[in-house]
Amino acid sequence: MSKKRSQEEYQKTFSFRFFRWFNGEKDPYLGEVEMHPQEEYQLDPQAALRYEKEHDAILDKVYDLERNKTMQLFHKLYHATSILFCLFLIALLLVTISYLPATGTIDRPVNNEVAKRYIENGLEETGAVNIVAGMILDYRAFDTLGESHVLFVATVTVLILLRLNKTQKSDAEINDRRFEPKNDTILQLVATFLVPIIIIFGIYIILNGHLGPGGGFSGGAVIGAGLVLYLNAFGFAKTERFFTEKTYKWVCFFSLSFYCLAKSYSFYTGANQLHSVIPKGTPGAILSSGLILPLNIAVGLVVACTIYAFYAMFRKGGF
Amino acid sequence: MTAFQIILMGFLIICAISVSFSKNLLNSILIYMSFSLIMSILWVCLESPDLAITEAAVGAGITSVLFFVTLKKIHAIEGSESEKKEAKENE
Amino acid sequence: MGPNLLANYGEAVSAILFCIGFTNLLLQNNLIKKIIGLNIMDSAIYLFLAEKGYIAGRLAPIVVDSVTSVDTYINPIPSGLVLTGIVVSVSVSALMLSLTIRLYTRYHTLNLDEISMQLKKEGR
Repeated sequence: MSKKRSQEEYQKTFSFRFFRWFNGEKDPYLGEVEMHPQEEYQLDPQAALRYEKEHDAILDKVYDLERNKTMQLFHKLYHATSILFCLFLIALLLVTISYLPATGTIDRPVNNEVAKRYIENGLEETGAVNIVAGMILDYRAFDTLGESHVLFVATVTVLILLRLNKTQKSDAEINDRRFEPKNDTILQLVATFLVPIIIIFGIYIILNGHLGPGGGFSGGAVIGAGLVLYLNAFGFAKTERFFTEKTYKWVCFFSLSFYCLAKSYSFYTGANQLHSVIPKGTPGAILSSGLILPLNIAVGLVVACTIYAFYAMFRKGGF
Repeated sequence: MTAFQIILMGFLIICAISVSFSKNLLNSILIYMSFSLIMSILWVCLESPDLAITEAAVGAGITSVLFFVTLKKIHAIEGSESEKKEAKENE
Repeated sequence: MGPNLLANYGEAVSAILFCIGFTNLLLQNNLIKKIIGLNIMDSAIYLFLAEKGYIAGRLAPIVVDSVTSVDTYINPIPSGLVLTGIVVSVSVSALMLSLTIRLYTRYHTLNLDEISMQLKKEGR
């Protein structure tokens, strides 16, 4: 009668271990051979310091321009090559320009049928007296939409780069005006006179964009300059009463989406040969030229807010 | 008008060269500002008043203001770090 | 050399300005001067474009007395293009200046050589 072996005893037999090894179920070395995980190589701290010093010394010698002859030579060569390259570029461009058709004459490839169409039909089709305004806000309005978005994206990127949190912001504000006279009387008096005039002039430029030189971009920049002057004279506490991050967000959102919707409407009617309900008005009147006036106002708002936002973010890292 | 334009263009080239040779950063920014103003007069000569008004407001105004704020932020208006150190040592 | 170099003096000046700006970009170590060089290059391109659209003896493209014939006004297309470019160049320079401020707060210098030396010392 065979003796019934227990599981434990059976596992100790040679055959069990052999077959298990043969089937690949168990690593024979595991538990049998002493194994330690490899230690991380740690440098002696003093040696590390020494190596670092040597590394720094080597780098200092490599980048020491007065002693390193090859580096010096490379710099001289770089300067000489770049000057030669620029002279070559000037010569090349001048030779090319000398073969172009003469300035001021009519028979140049730029003066083609596109310009003819803009000039001859521009007043009739857009209603704008200023042909350039009619061109950039009616024929090529999509281009201008992209440009307004470029401004918006630039503001967002500058905000990402220069943003500070609240404690840093108040520190920056204190440090910012430490060496300046606070509440400068002369500046404040001049600003009280000048800021309304500058802002009214900006509004005039925006509203007359379709009647004369000007438009959303220049008028917005003038208004932004007025806001910057006001900020410099009276400090952040006063401007924050009417211009915060929220104001910027909503003004930009409404202007850009209004621009999108208005131009979508005119693209839709134009593509489907429908009659647009927006009246053109008599050319020369202030309320004329269809969508150009509201689009100018939208672009001007975006530009003014962007310029104020740039300045405020450069000054203290936030609005 | 042609002689006037040629004089203005000469000013443009002088401004552009002197930007790179001026030692002080504030000076070079002021020179760039005058470069933009001359450019805006040149736009009027070239019969594009839209560009003139935009360049005067944006190029001469806003860009220079941004440059000035940057200089103030990096404390370069009062002099660079090495100049400050020298001043302290002299005291 | 072609025949029109003297007639195209505006374009020639714009080419020279472009190369001065490019030299600034190559040779200046200071970051702010590099940005000014880039702005000069921008202005040179705008000058070139506006010279292309200029026609001697004609008026600015603003309709006077509802005269809409091609022979009265200069070409409005370059003006529109340059108008777009000027505003975009402002946002580009604002972006580059904010990058400069970040570099200064990290390395306390504006010199590009010193910045790259510190980068190499840090082992990047």
